[in-house]
Amino acid sequence: MTARIVVVGAGMVAHRFADSLVSRAEQDISLTILGEESRRPYDRVGLTRFFDGAGAEDLELDPAVLEDPRIRLVTGDPVAQIDRAARTVRTASGAELGYDHLVLATGSSAARPPVRGAEHPGCFVYRTLDDVEQLKAHVERRASQLGRPVRGVVIGGGLLGLEAAGALQGLDAEPTVIQSSDRLMSAQLDLPAGAVLRRLIEQRGIAVRTRTRTTSVLAGEDGEVHGVVFDDDTVLETDLVVFTVGVRPRDELARAAGLVCAPRGGVEIDPSCRTSDPDISAIGEVASFEGMCVGLVAPGYAMAEVAADRILGGGATFAGYDLSTKLKLSGVDVASFGDAFATTPGALDVVYTDPVSGVHKKLVLSDDAKTLLGGMLVGDASAYGALRPLVGGALGGDPAAYLMPAGGVEAPTAELPDEAVVCSCASVTAGTIRGAVHEEGCTDVAGIKACTKAGATCGSCVFAIKGLVGAELAKMGRSVSTALCEHFEMSRAQLFDAVRVSGLTTFSSVIERFGRGRGCDVCKPVLASILAVLVRGHVLDGENATLQDTNDHVMANMQKDGTYSVVPRMAGGEVTPEGLIVIGEIARDYGLYTKLTGGQRIDMFGARLEQLPEIWRRLVDAGFESGQAYGKSLRTVKSCVGSTWCRYGVLDSVGMAVNLELRYRGLRAPHKLKLGVSGCARECAEARGKDAGIIATAQGWNLYVGGNGGATPRHAELLVEGVDDETLIRTIDRFFMYYIRTADKLQRTAPWLEALEGGIDGLREVILEDSLGICADLDALMAQHVDSYQDEWAATLADPAKLARFQSFVNAPSTPDPDLAYVPERGQVRPASIDERRSGDVLIAGTTLEVRR
Amino acid sequence: MTAQTLDPATAPEASWLRVCRVADLEVERGRAALLGSTQVALFLLPDGSVHAVDNHDPYSGANVISRGIVGTRGEAPTVASPMYKQVFDLRTGACLDTQGKDPAALRVWPVLLQDGDVHLLCGDAR
Ligand code: SRM
Ligand SMILES: Cc1cc2nc3c(=O)[nH]c(=O)nc-3n(C[C@H](O)[C@H](O)[C@H](O)COP(=O)(O)OP(=O)(O)OC[C@H]3O[C@@H](n4cnc5c(N)ncnc54)[C@H](O)[C@@H]3O)c2cc1C
Ligand code: SF4
Ligand code: FES
Repeated sequence: MTARIVVVGAGMVAHRFADSLVSRAEQDISLTILGEESRRPYDRVGLTRFFDGAGAEDLELDPAVLEDPRIRLVTGDPVAQIDRAARTVRTASGAELGYDHLVLATGSSAARPPVRGAEHPGCFVYRTLDDVEQLKAHVERRASQLGRPVRGVVIGGGLLGLEAAGALQGLDAEPTVIQSSDRLMSAQLDLPAGAVLRRLIEQRGIAVRTRTRTTSVLAGEDGEVHGVVFDDDTVLETDLVVFTVGVRPRDELARAAGLVCAPRGGVEIDPSCRTSDPDISAIGEVASFEGMCVGLVAPGYAMAEVAADRILGGGATFAGYDLSTKLKLSGVDVASFGDAFATTPGALDVVYTDPVSGVHKKLVLSDDAKTLLGGMLVGDASAYGALRPLVGGALGGDPAAYLMPAGGVEAPTAELPDEAVVCSCASVTAGTIRGAVHEEGCTDVAGIKACTKAGATCGSCVFAIKGLVGAELAKMGRSVSTALCEHFEMSRAQLFDAVRVSGLTTFSSVIERFGRGRGCDVCKPVLASILAVLVRGHVLDGENATLQDTNDHVMANMQKDGTYSVVPRMAGGEVTPEGLIVIGEIARDYGLYTKLTGGQRIDMFGARLEQLPEIWRRLVDAGFESGQAYGKSLRTVKSCVGSTWCRYGVLDSVGMAVNLELRYRGLRAPHKLKLGVSGCARECAEARGKDAGIIATAQGWNLYVGGNGGATPRHAELLVEGVDDETLIRTIDRFFMYYIRTADKLQRTAPWLEALEGGIDGLREVILEDSLGICADLDALMAQHVDSYQDEWAATLADPAKLARFQSFVNAPSTPDPDLAYVPERGQVRPASIDERRSGDVLIAGTTLEVRR
Repeated sequence: MTAQTLDPATAPEASWLRVCRVADLEVERGRAALLGSTQVALFLLPDGSVHAVDNHDPYSGANVISRGIVGTRGEAPTVASPMYKQVFDLRTGACLDTQGKDPAALRVWPVLLQDGDVHLLCGDAR
């Protein structure tokens, strides 16, 4: 005999039930699905895609499932009554249908709060395709009536509210989200995470009010909504209201039929998904398990599998709810899983916050820090897929590694055991995905979806799948890398954050934790620069000394023959006659070739390693300090003579240049930094070719940023206009620090600015409008730099340990390199060419006396 | 300390020559040593081993290898020339990254550590 199975409700869970039942049933069955909505089952989770242009057909769930001849789908005719004694159901249109087993999958309906005026036209809920169609029609109609963008109030700041707000924005309406509690998504996020989410949401143009209750909705004379009143009696004008304050299980049929329902609503079920009547099951949002209904699709799918298995004679049980969620709300990733609020006694948490990129991540660990209990991710939830399967198990690694920016460390998914469930929607394990790569030749997420159904439902596991596929491909010798070098998988910006968050201060500890091996000439100088900004201290302190690039090693620029050039700082290009005399004497005494640089100062070439301390002793005694011509750091601030002498000058450009050079001297950066200051629009200092160019106007200073000479010249762009000294300096401070924090290795400000999201406008928002809330941090970091500046050369001269590094040979500390050879030219010397060496025309060998002639 | 007179490149017989104390070296920061007219670059690694290679950089012709950055490439301990960044294996002197130039290697000296002293095997031993 054919078993007659009837499902009430044609929603997502009903669809999954049908899929599971018919794909596994070997016996004869007939399945009738009775739906109230006049549509075929559709993807409610993806409802908001409707506003991105997805039509009703795009949202339809796999139609192939319902094409099975054993299935009959009836839409637009709700079930009105269940007769348990007769085992029949009757629909609103009067049709009667007998069942051997009945499945309730009626879902929930959106709640409307008891707010006065909530019935006015212009008030909506957000649950069905009909709801969103009406909402869209209303927005379009009102916008054309009013001739301006429509304003919308969304009441309820949970996930639905944020989806609705994003949808309104997609319709060019201006949304405001009203939340009664102290933060957005209070069911999933704690206060700090909620605060980060709020900032990200506001950044996207959605206004947010928390701790606000709505008491009534006002209608205008035309009967249309025109405002809402809050509990503090303030009024907010609006053209529509969307209520997203929760859902109520649709248990009315079950109650009328006398099935046991939970006090808080929902049809009670046991672990086999049976109701109090063994011939009736309930699945999805309408089912109440252990006193609770849950508005997530994954547990509903799990129930659908259990119910189908039971009907087919199996013994599957529903294990309880997994409340983990991962969502994308208006483009912001949010995820929450396991014991996210750390309610387990003794639970520890590890929190990572990066205000620059708007990321907040928290992991909850057992008291011994070994077992993962749960977590929250805001802004970047890419680790969710890897972490969720680990809940309740050993984290198997440094918790911090999981919190670093995506791609920052070896994908944690690589360590997932084969049996870990990666996609809970489709119950697909890591092993199955690995198998699909090896045996089915899948090379991307799309392939895995097609092969295994993993990733095809809620999509939250897509990153984990990507990681697994990438790791498998890499094992097969195919991969792409964005790593700094073989020792660090991170980019410079990621490494900067890693060092900042971990608080590590030495190269050894950083590479041990975040890298491998002992580093190289790529990553060591990068770390040297990062540590110089975050930890400060002398470039030659302890282990730091070994990280420095060739030139920083000895605080001079290496020349082609292995000798060095010496460049004392001449801030703003200014030098006194006494200073010139000292330089002249030193250059003469050591036989150094002397030249003016393109950076408005004097360079002396041909100093040997062992001579550097003596030369610098004389320079420091005469009041000079290191010009850092060697460092990836501030070089020079070029100036024109300006208002003090020039007949056209409007402001004191030399004074400002000196000021700026003294402020930023010694500041280490991803690449060198140069500034220029011109006293009027004639621009004699070529300021617009600099990283920061300042030009005086009658209204004050104009600041241009992101200029560059070199192989790819670029003019700096105007950032602020007509500002006073203080504003100018504060703006440059923030510009430099923001660059230092986020640029890639050896990326100068010009390409950095070009790659920056939003370009110069984006930069303006961050450093002038504080859109990321980091200006205070940037200011503090710069203040620390200014306070801790010390002249590297003076400090070195005072430290015998550092001076030992300047010996020419370990066993002959002051013997000059015997291979150096020079020839005279235009009254000075230069290194001999190979031919000159061969022909023996070398007049001068590498010792001071001979050079003096 | 005085400069050694024995030139390891030309010494007729292989012999161990004391160059300096291990304590004169710093981990991962090279030092040059002068043996007659030959310059050797000495490197002390974190594992306590000392390596000796040419100080003369075959690519630039300058005596600068001792001033390069020490690191690793896979398992190999390395030094990168400070001039044009060629990377050499400290164990074999082989160039692991020629920066597009023709291959050229550094000479390697066997090292003996005894009682805190560093000795090099000089002469035409190999
Ligand atoms: C000494 C000097 C040439 C001179 O005799 O005038 C010079 C010398 C070197 N420059 Fe320069 N540059 C000098 C002014 C400039 C300028 C002009 C200026 O600063 O106004 C520019 C164009 C402006 C700019 O930077 O945007 C300039 C653009 C470069 C570049 C290209 C940078 C780029 O972003 O594309 C390099 C290559 C690099 O850094 O990667 C470079 C690299 C170098 C290096 C470091 C090359 C090297 O690796 O050996 C030279 C060694 C400096 C030394 O031994 O002291 N130098 N260099 C100038 C030193 C200025 C100073 O007082 O510190
Ligand atoms: C905008 C939005 C975004 C969401 N995002 C997520 C998300 O990111 N992640 C997540 O896990 N969940 C999300 N959800 C929740 C998810 O959509 C639901 O958990 C899921 O749809 C529940 O499936 P269901 O089949 O139990 O109920 P439903 O999908 O609501 O289906 C029930 C169906 O039964 C019909 N019905 C009711 N009574 C009767 C009757 N008497 N006779 C016949 N038919 C009847 C209803 O009309 C409805 O069509 C979201 C929901 C919305 C609205
Ligand atoms: S920029 Fe203007 S103020 Fe400066 S030197 Fe040139 S003309 Fe004079
Ligand atoms: S977990 Fe939902 S699609 Fe994989």
